[in-house]
Amino acid sequence: MLGELGQLALCFALALSLAMTGAGLIGARAGTSIHVELARRIASASAMGLFVFVALAFGTLVTAFVTSDFSIADVANNSHTLKPLIYKISGVWGNHEGSMLLWVLVLSLYAGAVAFLQRGGKRLTSAALGVQGLLAAAFLLFILFTSNPFLRLDPAPFEGAGLNPLLQDPGLAMHPPMLYVGYVGLSASFSYAAAALLVGEDGWARAARPFMLIAWMALTCGIALGSWWAYYELGWGGFWFWDPVENASLMPWLVATALLHSALATERSGAFRTWTLLLAIGGFSLSLIGTFLVRSGVLSSVHAFASDPTRGFFIMVLIVCAIGGALGLFAWRAPTLQGGATFDTVSRESALLLNNVFLVGSTAAVFVGTLYPLALDALTHGQQKISVGPPYYALTFAPIFFVLLLLVPFGPQLGWRRGDLKASIRALTPALGLAVIAALVVLAVASPRTLTGTLAFAVAGWLIGASILDILKRRGARASAFAAALAHAGLGVTLLGVSATSLWRAEALDVVAPGQTMTVGPYTLRFDGVERVQGPNFQATEAHLALMDHSRVVSVLKPESRVYPAEGQEVADTAIRTTGLSDLYLALGDYRGQGRWTVRAYVSPLAPFIWLGALVMALGGALSLWGRLRLKLGVPSPVIMPAE
Amino acid sequence: MKRLIFSLLLAASMGSTAIAVPVADTFSDPTMETRARALQRQLRCLVCQGESIDESQAPLAAELRHLVRQQMAQGKSDTQIRQFLVTRYGDFILMRPPLQPDTYFLWLLPFVVLLGAGGVAYWVIRRSKPVNSGTL
Repeated sequence: MLGELGQLALCFALALSLAMTGAGLIGARAGTSIHVELARRIASASAMGLFVFVALAFGTLVTAFVTSDFSIADVANNSHTLKPLIYKISGVWGNHEGSMLLWVLVLSLYAGAVAFLQRGGKRLTSAALGVQGLLAAAFLLFILFTSNPFLRLDPAPFEGAGLNPLLQDPGLAMHPPMLYVGYVGLSASFSYAAAALLVGEDGWARAARPFMLIAWMALTCGIALGSWWAYYELGWGGFWFWDPVENASLMPWLVATALLHSALATERSGAFRTWTLLLAIGGFSLSLIGTFLVRSGVLSSVHAFASDPTRGFFIMVLIVCAIGGALGLFAWRAPTLQGGATFDTVSRESALLLNNVFLVGSTAAVFVGTLYPLALDALTHGQQKISVGPPYYALTFAPIFFVLLLLVPFGPQLGWRRGDLKASIRALTPALGLAVIAALVVLAVASPRTLTGTLAFAVAGWLIGASILDILKRRGARASAFAAALAHAGLGVTLLGVSATSLWRAEALDVVAPGQTMTVGPYTLRFDGVERVQGPNFQATEAHLALMDHSRVVSVLKPESRVYPAEGQEVADTAIRTTGLSDLYLALGDYRGQGRWTVRAYVSPLAPFIWLGALVMALGGALSLWGRLRLKLGVPSPVIMPAE
Repeated sequence: MKRLIFSLLLAASMGSTAIAVPVADTFSDPTMETRARALQRQLRCLVCQGESIDESQAPLAAELRHLVRQQMAQGKSDTQIRQFLVTRYGDFILMRPPLQPDTYFLWLLPFVVLLGAGGVAYWVIRRSKPVNSGTL
């Protein structure tokens, strides 16, 4: 019954998405305003209905997972009765079919939100709903024909196959929905941009702004969550691998960041109209490419659940149509848009443009680094395989991004249309002082003293100092005036964490017998043997390591090695003790005989700053969003300063 | 590719005889140890997801670490060791792709795009009408 209900809901959703497409696009081109109004209403109602039906289908699948209904193949293949409730729920998106349904759920959530908020003109909204409907229809067809989560299994097995233990983790339960709200959220900007091209209407950047902000914040948090998970789960203290799947989420983030900045100028002074449209199209296109990379099985990783060629082919056709269609529309309509804003060479507009130049350059580095090895492999028929690892990005992405960070503080200092460079430099002098102090601290304290570390800390000091100055300057303004300062300070905080952890991490890899001690950085640890612990769906070997202060035990850390019998896999579970300024990180290795175990230990200075910075960035986005929604709701606000 | 598979099979079959013990596989000389660690970080664990042999806990990675240290002990230079591993496993083992005709595109594209975008930005800024002076 449950499966059929979900299936039916998906079919209704498909019908509604088609109605939405038809009505929305007719509304975009209709001759009389009464027809536009009618079409817009139909498209809006369909969009809300679409969300309701997709949510119903999704709810059905969640119910099937929670109640362990193994007559549904997707549940049988990916769940288990003994799994804790949270992982039964997260198992819904821990597999190909369910994660595609989540994808469409988020897509229709944005469709519903566009219909509900009705930002922008009637024609524009109508056209945006039409495009969003078309995307929904395409992905619903993909689900129904190649990835149906409601297929039955007869006879139903008594027990499910379980979920990859690596995915059974609270951080990873949250990571996909968060990332999708970001990834797929860029669809709203895409739809508005395509709509603006279709109807030739201005004001789309303002209309799409809240959606851009939400998508960007969610992407920021989603990427941070993924990186945090990798840090504590994979057992060697790394937080970013330049893995193609990570890159697939980083690229939309970089372009979304560029879009947020460029759209600001478009909204404010009509500058860079066509460029902003192109970024909106590019951002979602990269989301689609990311989905293809991750879902098609081109890359094998914990993310690649599907390796069915028909699915890969279907997604590829879908993406080529979406991206090709949008770019075609752009090439056809963009030249008709009026350009040419008024601004000086030294101005906020120029600064925003420069921001975009460097963001596009760094995106290009990630893009080619991710796709080139695949292309080369395909072109040479597997004769030439290359690896593009961290050293490549250190030589391409890092320098480009570094220059961007150097320039960031100037943006908020320069006035719209006309800025004063000398005055900005004078105003930023205290930040320069903080940069010098940060560099001196590195030279005094750090070992080894590296040029990279000194420069990175100086730039972090520069960013944070400039943000503090910006906040002081805007004292008393409405909250959203501080959005940019916070986001930029977050970058500085993350930079501190990334550089300190990468350059000054202490580590130890020892084989220890009970009673023996090992040292890592400033810490001494005594190994007190292991204990077997029975978890809900795993058996763990828990090592006890006492953190010693001379002969006193300060704390006991318990890294584990877990065996999941249902899935037949072994997974390490690390133990981390943080002081907020540094992490002591332990992972249990393999058994060496006679009670001896391998233990890996790291002391990662400023590691928590990596994710704290991301949180601060997202908070900046939230402030900006709050300002927007307040304006929308008509709350009287104090005099608006040139913010953001 | 064939060569790669063959070497993997070879390494897997040797796995049982020479499991590298982390403690035994440490140079007492700290400069040698630092050099070994730096070299290990540049080499990819062939069977893992994007990990270097320095990080990986796979048996093959331990094998390769052992090999690297053995060759260092024989007095070979970093370049010689990398060269040896490339002839054995192909360019795939290098975390940093070599600069050669089939990777020019990879190495140059980011900077070409950066310059191109910079050129467009320059053009846009030049084309923009300056604000009427005199008011400020």
